[in-house]
Amino acid sequence: MRCSLRVVAALAVLASAPAALTAQLGSYNPRPGPQGTFAIRNAHIVTVSGPDIANGTVVISGGKITAVGAGVAVPGGATIIDGTGLMVYPGMMETANSLGLAEITEGANATVDDAEVGQFNPNVHAFFGIDPHSAEIGVTRVVGITHAVSRPTGGVLSGQAALINLAGDTPPQMAVTRDIAMALSLPGGRGGRGGGGGGGFGGAAAATTRENPMDSLRALLHNADAYAKAWDAYNKDKTLPRPEHSVVLESLVPLIQGKMPALIPADAAAEMRTAVTFGEENKIKVILVGGRDAWRITDFLKQHDTPVILTSVMTLPSREDDPYDANYSAPAKLAAAGVRFAIAAGEPNPDLRNLPYVAGMAAAFGLSKDDAIKSVTLWPAQIFGIDNKLGSIQVGKMANIVVTDGNLLEARTNTKYLFIDGRQVPLDTKHTALYDEFKNRP
Amino acid sequence: MIRLTHAEVAMRQSVLLAALVAVGASAAYAQGTAAKPVPATLIKNATVMTVTHGTMANTDVLLENGKIARIGKGLSAPAGAVTIDATGKYVTPGIIDPHSHSMIDAVNEGSKSVTSMVNMRDVLNPTSPIIYKELAGGTTTINVLHGSANTIGGQVLTVKLKWGHPVEDFPMPSAPPGIKFALGENVTQKNDAQVIVQGQAARAKRYPSTRMGQEEIIRDAFTRAKDYKAEWDDYNARVAKGEKDLVAPRRDLELEPLVEVLEGKRYIHSHSYRADEMLMLLELGDELGFHVQTLQHGLEGYKIASEIAKHGTGLSTFADMWGYKIEAYDAIPYNVAIAMRHGVITTINSDDDGRARRLNIDAAKLMRYGGLTEDEAMKTITINGAIQLGVDKKIGSLDTGKDADVVIWTGDPLSVFSRVESTFVDGEMLFDRQKDLANRDDMEKQRAELEKEDAAMNGGAATGRGRGNGNGGGTTSNPDHQEIR
Repeated sequence: MRCSLRVVAALAVLASAPAALTAQLGSYNPRPGPQGTFAIRNAHIVTVSGPDIANGTVVISGGKITAVGAGVAVPGGATIIDGTGLMVYPGMMETANSLGLAEITEGANATVDDAEVGQFNPNVHAFFGIDPHSAEIGVTRVVGITHAVSRPTGGVLSGQAALINLAGDTPPQMAVTRDIAMALSLPGGRGGRGGGGGGGFGGAAAATTRENPMDSLRALLHNADAYAKAWDAYNKDKTLPRPEHSVVLESLVPLIQGKMPALIPADAAAEMRTAVTFGEENKIKVILVGGRDAWRITDFLKQHDTPVILTSVMTLPSREDDPYDANYSAPAKLAAAGVRFAIAAGEPNPDLRNLPYVAGMAAAFGLSKDDAIKSVTLWPAQIFGIDNKLGSIQVGKMANIVVTDGNLLEARTNTKYLFIDGRQVPLDTKHTALYDEFKNRP
Repeated sequence: MIRLTHAEVAMRQSVLLAALVAVGASAAYAQGTAAKPVPATLIKNATVMTVTHGTMANTDVLLENGKIARIGKGLSAPAGAVTIDATGKYVTPGIIDPHSHSMIDAVNEGSKSVTSMVNMRDVLNPTSPIIYKELAGGTTTINVLHGSANTIGGQVLTVKLKWGHPVEDFPMPSAPPGIKFALGENVTQKNDAQVIVQGQAARAKRYPSTRMGQEEIIRDAFTRAKDYKAEWDDYNARVAKGEKDLVAPRRDLELEPLVEVLEGKRYIHSHSYRADEMLMLLELGDELGFHVQTLQHGLEGYKIASEIAKHGTGLSTFADMWGYKIEAYDAIPYNVAIAMRHGVITTINSDDDGRARRLNIDAAKLMRYGGLTEDEAMKTITINGAIQLGVDKKIGSLDTGKDADVVIWTGDPLSVFSRVESTFVDGEMLFDRQKDLANRDDMEKQRAELEKEDAAMNGGAATGRGRGNGNGGGTTSNPDHQEIR
């Protein structure tokens, strides 16, 4: 393991120094191998997009899935993995986090880099703040979460979220889509879920200015629209005066043209309705994040075809007299009503690795087991418009694959092999390093 | 900003919700022990996880007079017994949560560094709806702890979740009383947003603001407690010898609980994270003559597992929480496995109303992280908690003669796809999913009527009152309740 020397060095320091110094950041994620050719044989393949293959082969080459099936030939020179008794799944996708942007959220402010100053920062990009060596990335991926949407928080327009693979030495190596969505918190509500910086409906935006931040947001979007039109006109007719460049307005053009969705935190029913209406008024594609009360307004969400990233499956019901399983059973209700949704862990970054068990809990309370798998693989990929590349085991898709010894959603299941972008990823983490170091201490 | 305490939240509850909760509680109570005797229950044909002596297929469990009367095959139901066909289902002991802040109206008396005079018993709220929700997750016994504001917190107790009963039925009479201690960052308060001024070093609100000061606080308190004990011992000896007209020493409510600790009558449950601070407490105990019953959280316990084992101290930790603050950055999910392999009695706890509803999933994680067997994983949420709380003769496993705290699951409790079907405390069915489902329409109707009355009382200004309770599992970044200290 590449990092073993560093770990040993860190532990040597630990023996004599206060533990605050042992909170060493970023040296625990071993590097993935090269994009080779691999064949996983004799495994149970859960393709997700099609029927399971009880005893089949998956071939990975050049970063992609190149063959899937029962009678697939293994190419010469492939590294062969015996999948007897094992299950092959597409990697899971976590869609509500700030992985790589914020490490230790309490007591280590310098590691919290997820919220810019000010209310309107559409031109900041999570991509430029992601630390590929975050130990949290390492422990998240080894449960089979292979890619994630990491987003900034804070203010009204928080910035642009990145879809990253959870392996790679640099942000460019990790990025699947550098700018996949705009993080937007509508002012004036009661507060959605978000990391540091008070993102989500209200908070600082409403309190610190006499100017109505909702008006400011609308004005900014109108300006962006005018900006886009002005440039469009100028590009068609160069005799017109050349508009001034604006990085802020420029960054909003994909949003107002419907090419980039807005991730809007909303938990209460009224917040969700407001967000959907806002999106329709401004011709913005909306993805709701939170969705605590989505099960109360399934008709509305279905009617407006608005997808929801559910972060509250594991939280206590919001009203004390709600049924005890109101949130556990919410995914089943959304599925039955035909509302598009994905399940997110609903946890701070260190605990995103609970994602599979959250989907499992939804299955314990009425969601089918197949849909539970989809809610953390194919459905989030579809919601973010990336299902041509990710979310299932299909020829041509990116080889983000996890091989396990049991059902992917079970807490007791072990990951046996992990591939991200067609590279084999070692299963060592900060946690296994410390385990190895101390398990036999006399 | 310091968040609202439970008490403040409670004060802000609407009349409507208070009314609904009361209706729910009293309805449940009407079915409770006080109203009529609990019938015997025969659970037939289940997979029975005794935890202490294996798992048995197609086995029956008879609950009678509040106890586990018999476990075996082909048992017949006594007259008047309720029979439950549990074919395909699993039966386990009730889950024990050794670190809870549920059903209390206040968490911390945080104004002093030593508050051993205050008692959790005074703030138990038997109508808190979380009780029912935890029963619905199979949890039947909780160790109700203060928060972690003070080095020496207050007196704590083990309670059974006797939903629908009056408050005096909750405390377990046979459970040794406890006291909460706390070490590390929550006490030093360096993470407290209120005292961090941008660009300046953090200012502490009160002593101690370092781990050095924490050691000193405990040393000072026990030094005083020993003097106090000597005074009383001397007095009692002279009374025993028949001396007359003695003046008794003045009672000291702060030191009395610490004397009980010195006498082994009260258990220390100490919040702690870093290995060094845990070791400090253990060795201070050696020096001053007190025993530490459990290290709570103890996230770096794995670094000193041998030392913890040698002291006979238990470890009650999270399955896999980590990284939410500096002192949690070296936490690993293998903590339990390492501690257990070193001979430490180890448990998983919730420290959170939300998580207390699914400790079975946390236990299952330990099979992945360190390879615990099914029995070992189950022990971390049942019998080991009973041992740590000194009640293992009463609860924690399915053994004839133990209290009938029993859970029926739809499948293997270590599977995320299983859920609780029924929960019994002292033989009384206090949660049943089918009954719960059947009651929902009625509850909806009651709610609608109460809302109508509320609207009438407020001149038509009724609102949805969709008030969050602010303590949901999964949304708390810091799981040890520092924010409500």
